Amino acid sequence: MSIEKTNEFRPKIVAFCCNWCSYAGADLAGSSRLGYPADVKIIRVPCSCRVNPMFILRAFEKGADGVILCGCHPGDCHYTTGNYYARRRMTLLFSMLDYLGVENGRTRVEWVSAAEGVKFSTTMNEFVEKIHSLGKNVRLEDLRCRN
Amino acid sequence: MQRIGVFVCHCGSNIAATVDVKKVVEMAALEPGVVHAEDYQYMCSEAGQAKIDAAIKEKNLTGIVVCSCSPRMHETTFRNAAKRAGLNPYMVEIANIREHCSWIHKNMEEATKKAVILARAAIAKVSLNTPLQQGESRVTKRALVIGGGIAGIQTALDIAEAGYEVDIVEKTPSIGGRMSQLDKTFPTLDCSACILTPKMVEASAHEKINIYTYSEVEKVSGFVGDFTVDIRKKARSVNMDKCTGCGVCQEKCPSKKTPNEFNRGLNTRSAIYTPFAQAIPNVPVIDREHCTKFKTGKCGVCAKVCQAGAIEYDQQDEIVTEKYGAIVVATGFDVIKLDQYDEYAYSQSPDVITSLELERIMNAAGPTKGHLERISDHKAPKNMVFIQCVGSRCADKRGKSYCSKICCMYTAKHAMLIRDKYPDVNVTVFYIDVRTPGKNFDEFYRRAVEEYGVNYIKGQVGKVAPQPNGQLLVQGVDLIDNKQILMEADMVVLAAAIEPNKDVRKIATMLTASIDTNNFLTEAHPKLRPVESPTAGVFLSGVCQGPKDIPETVAQAGAAAVKAIGLLAKDKLLTNPCTAKSDELLCNGCSTCANVCPYGAISYIDKEVNDHGIRETRHFAQVNSALCQGCGACTVACPSGAMDLQGFSNRQIIAEVDAICR
Ligand SMILES: Cc1cc2nc3c(=O)[nH]c(=O)nc-3n(C[C@H](O)[C@H](O)[C@H](O)COP(=O)(O)OP(=O)(O)OC[C@H]3O[C@@H](n4cnc5c(N)ncnc54)[C@H](O)[C@@H]3O)c2cc1C
Ligand code: SF4
Ligand code: SF4
Repeated sequence: MSIEKTNEFRPKIVAFCCNWCSYAGADLAGSSRLGYPADVKIIRVPCSCRVNPMFILRAFEKGADGVILCGCHPGDCHYTTGNYYARRRMTLLFSMLDYLGVENGRTRVEWVSAAEGVKFSTTMNEFVEKIHSLGKNVRLEDLRCRN
Repeated sequence: MQRIGVFVCHCGSNIAATVDVKKVVEMAALEPGVVHAEDYQYMCSEAGQAKIDAAIKEKNLTGIVVCSCSPRMHETTFRNAAKRAGLNPYMVEIANIREHCSWIHKNMEEATKKAVILARAAIAKVSLNTPLQQGESRVTKRALVIGGGIAGIQTALDIAEAGYEVDIVEKTPSIGGRMSQLDKTFPTLDCSACILTPKMVEASAHEKINIYTYSEVEKVSGFVGDFTVDIRKKARSVNMDKCTGCGVCQEKCPSKKTPNEFNRGLNTRSAIYTPFAQAIPNVPVIDREHCTKFKTGKCGVCAKVCQAGAIEYDQQDEIVTEKYGAIVVATGFDVIKLDQYDEYAYSQSPDVITSLELERIMNAAGPTKGHLERISDHKAPKNMVFIQCVGSRCADKRGKSYCSKICCMYTAKHAMLIRDKYPDVNVTVFYIDVRTPGKNFDEFYRRAVEEYGVNYIKGQVGKVAPQPNGQLLVQGVDLIDNKQILMEADMVVLAAAIEPNKDVRKIATMLTASIDTNNFLTEAHPKLRPVESPTAGVFLSGVCQGPKDIPETVAQAGAAAVKAIGLLAKDKLLTNPCTAKSDELLCNGCSTCANVCPYGAISYIDKEVNDHGIRETRHFAQVNSALCQGCGACTVACPSGAMDLQGFSNRQIIAEVDAICR
């Protein structure tokens, strides 16, 4: 796994997971012992539509190297339509971030159901791998916060 | 400033083996606001909860963080513990250091670091928590069961027996499901109709049960305790009250060329039909697609012959709207289509059949009146070959990855019944494994081999080739003797995999219940909550949740009923207090939030406000907390930042982000 081979750069990765599908998918990855790098830290939100673009900007401002948003599959949202809002918002936000120099690979939306522990783990492994290839993110970081 | 207590759980060695628990305690104690931090073997145990209780009281804690397993496991446990100690239960946050940390990382240092960060995020969040009060909502004391197979019937009977009203919605013209198509049933070989029909009659006669057949659920809104459901009663074209069930119309109907679904297309039926003799209700329907009257305007024979004057060609679909407190899904299964399995010649030879077709052939009311015969030439077979796992345990895309569970047993049943009734017929079964866990199941299978001389061959069949003489050439391997096998058969029976009913996706979407990659409905917890869906108020019964035989289906149906009864027995439900709230002074009344709310929870009111000394009447959003489900869609849509979600507020989430990126 990527952790062992790169000691120098440990990315900070924030994963927003909806309570009903993806958080449960992450739990399943855990109970099935399907590993992924410790760089990923999960924040539980009720629905992917709860994730305000502001949260993602904030993460990058505070030095995150990648942000991933996971929700229920289209059509399966616990609140019927939440993930559709999330999808549209994120498409817009990610293209704006790309324009600002935060490469598209640093942001990702993925649909993970409660039964998809394997998908959760592989997604996180891939994502961390990708962030490693992109290196440290410096574009939006608020330098005043650096210590 | 909040006074926060942090409790770090070892979970035996589940957490402590990979996370240095003491280090987490030490680091957490340094966080602002933390006045107490300790660790314990099992926080969820009584002794662990007592520690929380004591600390809250002694240290006057205003918020607590438990670093333990997933909040999906024990959030409620710890909230209740806090509540008992006099703390508002919503002043509790969980840092998931087991599923999201100790179980997936191997390196202790890394896992510990991550656990510390997760603890910090939870501490940062709880610092901003505010006490929340649960509201109350009412419970409609009536249940809906979708699907009228044995699962749905049993669930409905059990709920009705407890004294609650139940409606069954069944999409076909009769209740009964697959079980009504079976001839005999393992492991005791009772006749399926003999044990099913009494249940069907009991359900239809029960004063608390109302059955909508030939009907489908069209729309579901609302939530646990208070669902509103639109049911489409498809036009039957026959008046249910007038029809006496004499059957003359079916006899006289000249349009008799429609493939008979009940007999799996092995014979045909009339355009006006009841699917089988014991159908409930015993009222036919006109299949408008195949009826001459509906196709050409001519005919009308059934109306002429019907003594009761029950035929109504101008009937329209009707939508009934009903309220329910609980919904049970029991939509069952179908066998997979075999058009992709050309090697078994299913589409080429009528003598290659599925096991479900064999059930119909063996049944006295079936297309051959119960005589075992080839469909092609009606000759009695001499050699029969059964092929197991057709599309089950399948690695490629054509089939299913799972084991269909029932096929080993029903094939042993078929083999035994055939050998019993027709001792001259040779029966060979090709199998990968014979799986017979279950009470009296292995004994049953051994009887087939030992007493009935069924020839079991471990190995797969590569090809079934129809020969010009009407025989079927079966090429297979015997893995035990390690040799090729070439044999002629008169009939080949395929144990086709089962799959959830294809409509289940639509139903799941309407109920916002989740389904897995194989379209089986997902349970709230695979071990501890097997009959509940993750969506509150929705329960699972029968094969729609996973492959099962009848005894298991009935057991699960009863369990689902008990869960539904438990819900219906309550007068009031406590609602989730994590609802949206708009800030009067920030809201500009734009109505963006109301447009995105899936529950119509947002309305607008005019109210006089005092904005920094200026008194004026303003138009602003108000959330009905009984309707709000707390998704948060509105909070992000709100252009003025007035809408926020309690329990997951902007500030709380940002605090978590900050703690993680620190
Ligand atoms: C060939 C074969 C032989 C078998 N032999 C045996 C045996 O010997 N012993 C044994 O224990 N088990 C046997 N089984 C298994 C048994 O058939 C099942 O366990 C049982 O039928 C499951 O019942 P169910 O109610 O869950 O599903 P089903 O019987 O499939 O019932 C589901 C019902 O829901 C209805 N429905 C579906 N979708 C909707 C919708 N959207 N709206 C409204 N209604 C809907 C369907 O029309 C159907 O009536 C056999 C199965 C097969 C295939
Ligand atoms: S109208 Fe004619 S074709 Fe149609 S159901 Fe009646 S008898 Fe059959
Ligand atoms: S949180 Fe969701 S359900 Fe509640 S008011 Fe906002 S949009 Fe509606």
